[in-house]
Amino acid sequence: MSRARSDRPRGEGASLSRARMADQYRAWLRHHRLSAAESLQRVLERPFSSLMTWLVIGIALALPVGLSVTLDNAAELSARWESPTQISLFLHTDVDAAAAAELAQALERSAEVAQVHLVSRDDALAEFGALSGFAEVLAELDDNPLPNLLLVTPAPRLDQDAVRTLRDNLDKRDKVDEAVLDMQWLQRLNSLMDLGRRMVMAVGALLLVGVILILGNTIRLAIENRRDEIVIVKLVGGSNPFVRRPFLYTGLWYGVGGGLVAGLVVNAALWYLQGPVGELARLYQSGFELRGPGIMGVLNLVIIGGLLGLAGAWLAVSRHLAAIVPR
Amino acid sequence: MISFERVSKRYPEGHDALREVSFDIARDDLVFLTGHSGAGKSTLMRLIMLMDRPTRGKVVVDGRDLSTVSNRRIPGHRRQIGVVFQNHQLLFDRNVFDNVALPLVISGYDHREVGRRVRAALDKVGLLKRERAMPVTLSGGEQQRVGIARAVVGRPKILLADEPTGNLDPELSAEIMQLFESFSQVGVTVLIASHDLALISRLRHRILTLREGRLVTGGLL
Repeated sequence: MSRARSDRPRGEGASLSRARMADQYRAWLRHHRLSAAESLQRVLERPFSSLMTWLVIGIALALPVGLSVTLDNAAELSARWESPTQISLFLHTDVDAAAAAELAQALERSAEVAQVHLVSRDDALAEFGALSGFAEVLAELDDNPLPNLLLVTPAPRLDQDAVRTLRDNLDKRDKVDEAVLDMQWLQRLNSLMDLGRRMVMAVGALLLVGVILILGNTIRLAIENRRDEIVIVKLVGGSNPFVRRPFLYTGLWYGVGGGLVAGLVVNAALWYLQGPVGELARLYQSGFELRGPGIMGVLNLVIIGGLLGLAGAWLAVSRHLAAIVPR
Repeated sequence: MISFERVSKRYPEGHDALREVSFDIARDDLVFLTGHSGAGKSTLMRLIMLMDRPTRGKVVVDGRDLSTVSNRRIPGHRRQIGVVFQNHQLLFDRNVFDNVALPLVISGYDHREVGRRVRAALDKVGLLKRERAMPVTLSGGEQQRVGIARAVVGRPKILLADEPTGNLDPELSAEIMQLFESFSQVGVTVLIASHDLALISRLRHRILTLREGRLVTGGLL
């Protein structure tokens, strides 16, 4: 006997009087309460195996959540990075040290500039020689090939676009050969963070599918264990939704428990890291603090867990329940 | 109340379980259905409960042609019929009360009404004092009476029983039959499948006899 789509709880009501509709609605509500309570009781009756299920789901949920919390904190940290940008002004080679110092002073008076540091061509050559180990080779040169260099730190209130405009303006000045905005490392960091975020999403999606399958399997076993009962209920007139309801609630309880466990795991991990991170921040004289998912985050986890539980239960129930037909 | 009009049932493997069976059972009748095992008794019951559909012919229950009952209406149809099974089909992880209450819970009765009706049904089968007992602690006869209580608790218009005395001694069997007679006296249509000819011939009710899927006595001629 094929029982494809099952009856909706109140779908039979078209021709019924309003009083019977209300009765049916109350009955429907009553059975929801009963199923919720009974399935919760069944879950709690086997604390050990239920705890195992909760842990599996909790850990699978905690992994992506923990990674995304880590990323959020890293983003927070990179945003507070002080004076992240610098503009290097390479002056024309015919601009001498005195003219360069004059330009530096002029720039420093501008409101858009916080600080200017002059690296004279002689200093630059010496530094380059020391750092590269070519000091002797460089000493052989007749002429210093390096230009004078001004390192300009933009005022902190400028955003990225304003800094770019500043660079363009500086580039147009007579004495300036080339103005280079040194933002590459920041862009690299940002794209690394984007990559990380995507990986977290991918891992998270896989783990969510895993959670649904785990729950589906758990519910499948529950259905197998109660096969006789399902047959009897169908024989005495239980509809498919009636039979399905307790299993959907079982899935919901497993999912909600798993979400709670995930919240606990993430918060425990944060608590564990709080001390060392605070110490590190203090050493860098930063007020940085780890930020957790918060109460709303945990609530979201519980809701997500519940939805996954329902999804897994639905998967199992729709595949296995219709196949159980009284013989 | 139950009428079969030239009903045939052929199973996919080619076995003809019922051939051209026709009969009528009136309201508040008690009718026995007999025949050797494999003669089609169970198939006939299954057709009434819509656990199967006939290959040909028409089955009408309580004025409704069952071919018009869609699959999603089957649960509603079964709720109109009380069924007693040979192997009781009780839930062994629930006590007597909860077993009997099952059809009422499915129909969505409220708590107090369930309690009232379950106790009335248990009283009728003489098991009121055992409502908290688990089925395994009951004797075969008591388990069968729990099954009967569950079948009548929803006050169905039709009561079907498949070999209800199959595993019981003659004395208990007679008691169970008396119980069914008392239901038919209050207006319930009762159809009992049984191969215990000695017992049912003493009870002076109409007897439908099936032989190899054909109705040989008690049908419409």
